[in-house]
Amino acid sequence: MITLEKVSFTYRSGQRALQEIDLNLEGGDFIAIMGENGAGKTTLAKHLNGLLKPSQGRVLVDGEDTRKVSVARLSRKVGLVFQNPDHLLFSETVKDEVAFGLKNFGFAPEVVHNQVMRTLEALGLSEYAETSPFLLSGGERKRVALAAILATEPDYLILDEPTIGQDYQQKERLRNFILQLYSQGKAVVMITHDVEFVAESNPKVILLSQGRIVAQGPADSVLSKDELVKKASLVRPQMSRLFGELTKYGLPSDVVDVHRARILLEEKLSEAKVRVAQNS
Amino acid sequence: MSLRTLEGFKFSTLKTPVHLLDPRTKFLLVIAVLVPALLFANIYVMIALLLSQVPLLFVGKVARRWALSLRAGVFLSALIFVVNLFTGSYLSAIALTLRFLVLLTSFSLFFMTTSPDDLGLALDRIGAVRWLSRRWLGYPNALSFTFTTAVRLVPTLAVDAQTVVDAQRSRGLELDKGNLLKRVRNYIPILIPLLLIAIRRSLELAEALESRGFPGKEGRTSLFQLKLRPVDYSIIAVSLAIIGISFWVYFHYKIPVL
Amino acid sequence: MAHAPREIILAKNLGFQYVGARRAAIEGIDLSIRENEFILLTGPSGCGKTSLCRCLNGLIPNFYQGEWTGELLVDGLSVTTQLTSELSRRVGYVFQNPENQLFALTVEKDIAFGPENLGLSREEIRQRVDEAMNVTGTLPLKDLAPYELSGGQQQRVALAGVLAMKPSVIVLDEPTSFLDPRTAEEVMRATDDLRRELGLTIVVVEHRLDLVARYAERIVVMDAGKIVADGDLEETLDEKFDLLEGLGVGVPRVSLLWTMLRRDGLVSGKVPTHVESAASSLAGMMNQ
Ligand SMILES: Nc1ncnc2c1ncn2[C@@H]1O[C@H](COP(=O)(O)OP(=O)(O)O)[C@@H](O)[C@H]1O
Ligand SMILES: Nc1ncnc2c1ncn2[C@@H]1O[C@H](COP(=O)(O)OP(=O)(O)O)[C@@H](O)[C@H]1O
Ligand SMILES: [Mg+2]
Ligand SMILES: [Mg+2]
Repeated sequence: MITLEKVSFTYRSGQRALQEIDLNLEGGDFIAIMGENGAGKTTLAKHLNGLLKPSQGRVLVDGEDTRKVSVARLSRKVGLVFQNPDHLLFSETVKDEVAFGLKNFGFAPEVVHNQVMRTLEALGLSEYAETSPFLLSGGERKRVALAAILATEPDYLILDEPTIGQDYQQKERLRNFILQLYSQGKAVVMITHDVEFVAESNPKVILLSQGRIVAQGPADSVLSKDELVKKASLVRPQMSRLFGELTKYGLPSDVVDVHRARILLEEKLSEAKVRVAQNS
Repeated sequence: MSLRTLEGFKFSTLKTPVHLLDPRTKFLLVIAVLVPALLFANIYVMIALLLSQVPLLFVGKVARRWALSLRAGVFLSALIFVVNLFTGSYLSAIALTLRFLVLLTSFSLFFMTTSPDDLGLALDRIGAVRWLSRRWLGYPNALSFTFTTAVRLVPTLAVDAQTVVDAQRSRGLELDKGNLLKRVRNYIPILIPLLLIAIRRSLELAEALESRGFPGKEGRTSLFQLKLRPVDYSIIAVSLAIIGISFWVYFHYKIPVL
Repeated sequence: MAHAPREIILAKNLGFQYVGARRAAIEGIDLSIRENEFILLTGPSGCGKTSLCRCLNGLIPNFYQGEWTGELLVDGLSVTTQLTSELSRRVGYVFQNPENQLFALTVEKDIAFGPENLGLSREEIRQRVDEAMNVTGTLPLKDLAPYELSGGQQQRVALAGVLAMKPSVIVLDEPTSFLDPRTAEEVMRATDDLRRELGLTIVVVEHRLDLVARYAERIVVMDAGKIVADGDLEETLDEKFDLLEGLGVGVPRVSLLWTMLRRDGLVSGKVPTHVESAASSLAGMMNQ
């Protein structure tokens, strides 16, 4: 379990980036941290594996205070995938890239090899094992970066803006992969401002604005509240805006994903159809 | 520590009287500090030079950041002091350490209060620079432009460097672990991404430049022009006087350390 | 009778293969764009959107080397015979990453950068810079450094810098990827305002259709270097929905919902492209 207790953080420049954040994270959790550009999302992520230490309050990872443990040791449990793969890819081949973390953590060579192959397989990257990561497309590089972290099998996986610049198909693949991970009992945290992506994945949402948590709860209830969503410089998902217009027909207002919308409307429209048939 | 030293040389977009001085004026002012500081290894001269810059630091609102760069410079100062202690008297060690601080202050004051854009404009005014630039790079503004772009990229690349370090530490990299060779090798995962990012940024920048019509034809114009105001003329006069007097004194008298 | 709007971009069988690439990035592109159109260009990653945009302002073939085929006219000029600096007066380009397209150390100087390259007089530059700052709302930022701005502000400054060149076309290549949704909407709205007020032609590359569906009349869809759909946005969403979904284009969620309901036989009529039209159609049906 990762616990944040009243965590505040101020950069050396004097910029206050986090204020009194309380948060719990455990296996099987699936959380989306959302908020405007500059809300403090990346700063928060860097607290989870000890890259940044709180100015006030504390962060406990499985009971250990991040101030007292090395980043390397925390990173075995907490995998942090950075937004831009260019910031971490450096190896000659994809295989070496994925092996880097495992070697740093001191795994035996045959374990490293097996683990690398398994991870590449899981992410559909096997055919690129011997390719240079720099010859791959942007989407593929993002997947290599993800593989590099996943290979060490962290219990907590933190993804910083995984959907940026991705097309719809790439996002779908990512979503399926995330769902698979958290059904295996891992804790997955994704940082994003992609409301439609969150609406369809249905995680627990934490809204961050100007360094504070302004709301948390299930995606459908948080993302359908106009005031909250505005505060974090987001927009409501299309389904929520649609159902907001339709409440007077007895439809709920907290609908955010297409599938639930479809079921609700099928019912309503069938009723209307029957009415029309009876009347004529 | 290296990043923090840089802070003391980074330009800030303020509009204080010091910022508004013409870059040529400020450059001459740096020379006017440099000349006596290098000609005389005298403790009083150094203290006077140091103190004379303090008001400028405050008027320019950069005193706090100057203090930061000083803090980072403490180590070097100590080094200079110790080395000179072995080669000379403790008085000259003090004088030389003070000289280092005077130079540090004067350069950092210049860079903190002079927009690289203005510096570029000033460079463009120098015929020799335009001529060289055309000979080497094909058009007259190229050198000054390269300079301003490099300055402009420093803060961005500093952020990149921090992010790369963070990203690799998150993969279990421990920079200060192992013997000397291992430690040097530890920097490979930092340097390669950073180099590639710098190249990528330059390429994207070049593409954007091209899209904005750069370099244009011969007659590139400029919205802003450097202009010497009365304050500039008076500071230039004072600076020239200091430089002149310094040389005169240097050739006629021998100034002791204390 | 009203004038038919002038054709501003005309591509005939346009193709390009980068040096060293195994296959053409774009091929057989036929495209005609009229003045004052707002076009949404979309398609899966790597399908050639950026490459097509690069052709429009001459980055291809002036900046990127490779093999060019076919013909491309911009404002009556053949791209292959013009320098980028000449084309940059006609086609402005806003890039995805706001950080890498601002050069100067203040917003005002950055906006002046293009007109300075054109060698205009100081008065003319002054006037263009002021106008560009006014219409993009960047006037209050004029003395700030680019790295002191938020992403949305940076993109608006980039727009202003392009506007100061007085182009007839502005190409925006995934301009909102790094922005939060509200800021992204603001940038798109600002872009549309420019089209209305200044009569500009706009080409936007975007994966999230819902963000631009409100403004774009026309959609051009690419796949593997070719144009696979081109037409009125609403009609294309209506008639070629399956094609778009199959390609993995991020169709607006309301359109997807409508298509599902239509397959169930519960609704009929055209696929809506934004929330308001979907809401009013559904309300109409439930009122019966
Ligand atoms: N290294 C840094 N130094 C100073 N301020 C920073 C630094 N990194 C981020 N900030 C500031 O902290 C705030 C939060 O930033 P960040 O966590 O990156 O936000 P987000 O990821 O939500 O966009 C912003 O105001 C940002 O400008
Ligand atoms: N500078 C380049 N050199 C070589 N190939 C490139 C270059 N830029 C893009 N490509 C290739 O051209 C194809 C189309 O890319 P691009 O136009 O960037 O697509 P999109 O913008 O739709 O993602 C891709 O296969 C890509 O790898
Ligand atoms: Mg961030
Ligand atoms: Mg592209």
